[in-house]
Amino acid sequence: MLLALLVLLALPQFLGSYLLTVFIFIFFYAYLGQAWNLLGGYGGQISLGHAAFVGIGAYTSTYLAMTYQLSPWIGMLIGGAAAACLGAVIGYLGFRFGLRGFYFILLTVAFGEICRLVVSHVDALGGALGLFITFSGDPWQFQFSDNRYYYYVALGLMLISMGIAALIERSRMGAYLAAIREDEDASEALGVNAFGTKLAAIVLSAFLTGVGGTFYANYLFSLQPNTAFGIPLSVEIILRPIVGGSGTLMGPVLGSFILSPLAEVSRTYFARGGLSGVHLIVYGSLLIAVVLFFPRGAYPYLRGVFRRLPRRGAPPPFRHLPPGVARAKPAPERPRDP
Amino acid sequence: MSLLEVRALSKRFGGLQAVSDLSLSMAEGEVLGLIGPNGAGKTTAFSLFSGFLAPDSGEIEFRGRSLVGLRPHQICHLGLTRTFQIVRPFPHLSVLENVRVGAFARTASSQTAAARARQVLHEVGLEAKADVPAGELTLAERKRLELARALATEPVLLLLDEVMAGLSAAETERIVELIRGINARGVSLLLIEHVMRAVMNLSHRIAVLNYGQLIAEGTPAQVANDPRVIEAYLGEEYAGTAPG
Amino acid sequence: MTLALIGQAALNGFLFGGVYSLMAVGLSLIFGVMRVINIAHGDMMVWGSYLAFVLALRLGLDPFVSFVLCAAAIFCMGVVVQRALVNRVLNAPHEMQILLMLGVALVLENLALVVFGPDTRRTESAYGLATVWLGPIFVDVARLITFGLALALSCALYLFLFRSDLGKLIRAAADNGYGALVIGADVERIYTVAFGIGAACVGAAGALMSALLPFSPATGFAQTVTSFNIVIIGGMGSLLGAFLGGLLVAVAESLGAVLLVPSLKELVGFVLLVLILLFRPQGLFGGKTT
Repeated sequence: MLLALLVLLALPQFLGSYLLTVFIFIFFYAYLGQAWNLLGGYGGQISLGHAAFVGIGAYTSTYLAMTYQLSPWIGMLIGGAAAACLGAVIGYLGFRFGLRGFYFILLTVAFGEICRLVVSHVDALGGALGLFITFSGDPWQFQFSDNRYYYYVALGLMLISMGIAALIERSRMGAYLAAIREDEDASEALGVNAFGTKLAAIVLSAFLTGVGGTFYANYLFSLQPNTAFGIPLSVEIILRPIVGGSGTLMGPVLGSFILSPLAEVSRTYFARGGLSGVHLIVYGSLLIAVVLFFPRGAYPYLRGVFRRLPRRGAPPPFRHLPPGVARAKPAPERPRDP
Repeated sequence: MSLLEVRALSKRFGGLQAVSDLSLSMAEGEVLGLIGPNGAGKTTAFSLFSGFLAPDSGEIEFRGRSLVGLRPHQICHLGLTRTFQIVRPFPHLSVLENVRVGAFARTASSQTAAARARQVLHEVGLEAKADVPAGELTLAERKRLELARALATEPVLLLLDEVMAGLSAAETERIVELIRGINARGVSLLLIEHVMRAVMNLSHRIAVLNYGQLIAEGTPAQVANDPRVIEAYLGEEYAGTAPG
Repeated sequence: MTLALIGQAALNGFLFGGVYSLMAVGLSLIFGVMRVINIAHGDMMVWGSYLAFVLALRLGLDPFVSFVLCAAAIFCMGVVVQRALVNRVLNAPHEMQILLMLGVALVLENLALVVFGPDTRRTESAYGLATVWLGPIFVDVARLITFGLALALSCALYLFLFRSDLGKLIRAAADNGYGALVIGADVERIYTVAFGIGAACVGAAGALMSALLPFSPATGFAQTVTSFNIVIIGGMGSLLGAFLGGLLVAVAESLGAVLLVPSLKELVGFVLLVLILLFRPQGLFGGKTT
């Protein structure tokens, strides 16, 4: 682990700008994936609307920087807070009304799209064309002339998110999230405040994702509602932890190391003409393969291969029953009377 | 002040009156057995006491505090913990992790919780299986796990729902001894049971439910000889099994 | 804002709703029988649209004729997807199924992008511009035919499910998969057929819609969301609900486009979805079948 870290720290000395960019994306999406992982992996509540948090964080810090010259380093935290507020709203509505599984996913999709549509119509935020940030190279404005600084910031973000995830994993919150994921009612009987814990998870996840939004804005220098809030970004976010292993610490990281290079390769080799969608076909196929053959993701699978330990972390394996038997309830379970 | 005070508790589901005007009370340190035919409303009563269901009317007081309207986790923090009739372990977590969830009700520290969990596992005799995923346990072990998890929350009143169902005679003996030990430590117990010998032996008092109503209450001897109870549930052969 | 204009919008929406209904019925059938949430629904539909487009381009087949072929083709697609993929995850946690279908959706959408390119298309139809006047309101002949065909297909599906032996078996399996197994039904085959029929519905809908509305690979996702909107409003697993929901949503969208800023009509749809999810997730014709 330490060795890997040292290697990563030293890498910028040896790599050219293009490869640095690849690594920056690896780290950045690992960060976003890890933030998602808190809710979706450890918490077991899949969200397909996390792009909304990225968008809110990005737009907030950018708007504040453009209008009030507020340094994005501070704007980052405010953006994160704004995203956390949306997370709280979604969490409150979703969990209070007992939405789980598919219905919760739909709720997140709906909110993501609502954000996208609303922002597209607000002229102060640039409407459908979005915002364009002028490049100044000023570190206080979260801009660096040298790619290497972005590399270290991205790496730092990834390490911070891993640290937070590790802390949670070992803490009471982590144990509670796992219990809720396994059996929410049984956990309630043991004193677990399921609603409160899940709400905390989504708020934290949203905050971290929102903070990432600032990096997104200041690395790409342009923000459009369709890309910042869109489903494609949400899909990119969830793919890393799912392919790598949701509910595990290394999952999003491993997933990112697998997917980002793959995306780059398919983009480079198939970028001519209208074949820009090939990397998404690869994503889709990978997703299918993971669900069929490695439901827990790459990391737990590899760990299981190398050491025969009892495997933990979501999602649980398929139960082998004849088709059509014993289904989970698809309708949302309303909270009990109290 | 009695530990648990239930007054005129009622709950209906559509056309079915599951619990009807139920009143009972428990003293500290007591073991109260709750028996009755299947469908008599015993588990519903447990769900009402522990906050999983809201009563239509009536009052539930625990250590002088009303429980109506509180959520299950709040009631657990007040000192009342329930188990489930059909055991619900967290299948992919290890036995230790399962019990640790319960221990976290009393402490935020992972160290303390893990230590407490090990203690409890030792008490129920599952420490050898601490790292086994709960899904791989036998039924008897799962029952003990269910008990251990509840114990880890350090309850003042423990509600055990058919914790002996499906166990062999030897396994039942072990659980009975375990429960006796728990009670000796000062934990009060409310037991739903069908295993007559066990519940008659363990309980200080017995309450009998039928069709959601309390039809008898008293010492095991009294209840076993109560004609209403015999008629509804026990059958004549059991009339003489109560001690004393 | 005259009454005639509103009436026109309502009528247009209603007639268009036939395709929405067909689309939603397909989704509802798949869910009702297998409890599978087909996220790739809209993308299958887009393939139906492209097929109709290609058939019109290469063979000069009018979509109102070729929809049968498109339905058959997408039926086959559905069968392949079901046999190869869905069958294996029938007993998996729902999240896994959703992710699987998401993967299928990604593949289908981007395969279409690679094969056909990103431009929006529209199928040529002989009836494309024909209209009939009913007083102050005009009726788009294409929409009228579409509605008629969609209605006919829905009725055919109804007859199949309620009168034919295979249809009854499908309904039995939907009601109680285990029970169907016990009585010796070939449940796997039933599932395959049901999924195929659901896909065929959406393939037909795609073909019919391709003449009315421009489409591109990217519209697949929007159609998926619309389908789910409809099915949730109408009630998951209720075919009647899906049918009526389709008409309702189409009319609402049409009126919304006329009464509100057109680009905000999507917003209305999503807000409606949130409200339904929170307050009446079982839909208008509720009742989840157990």
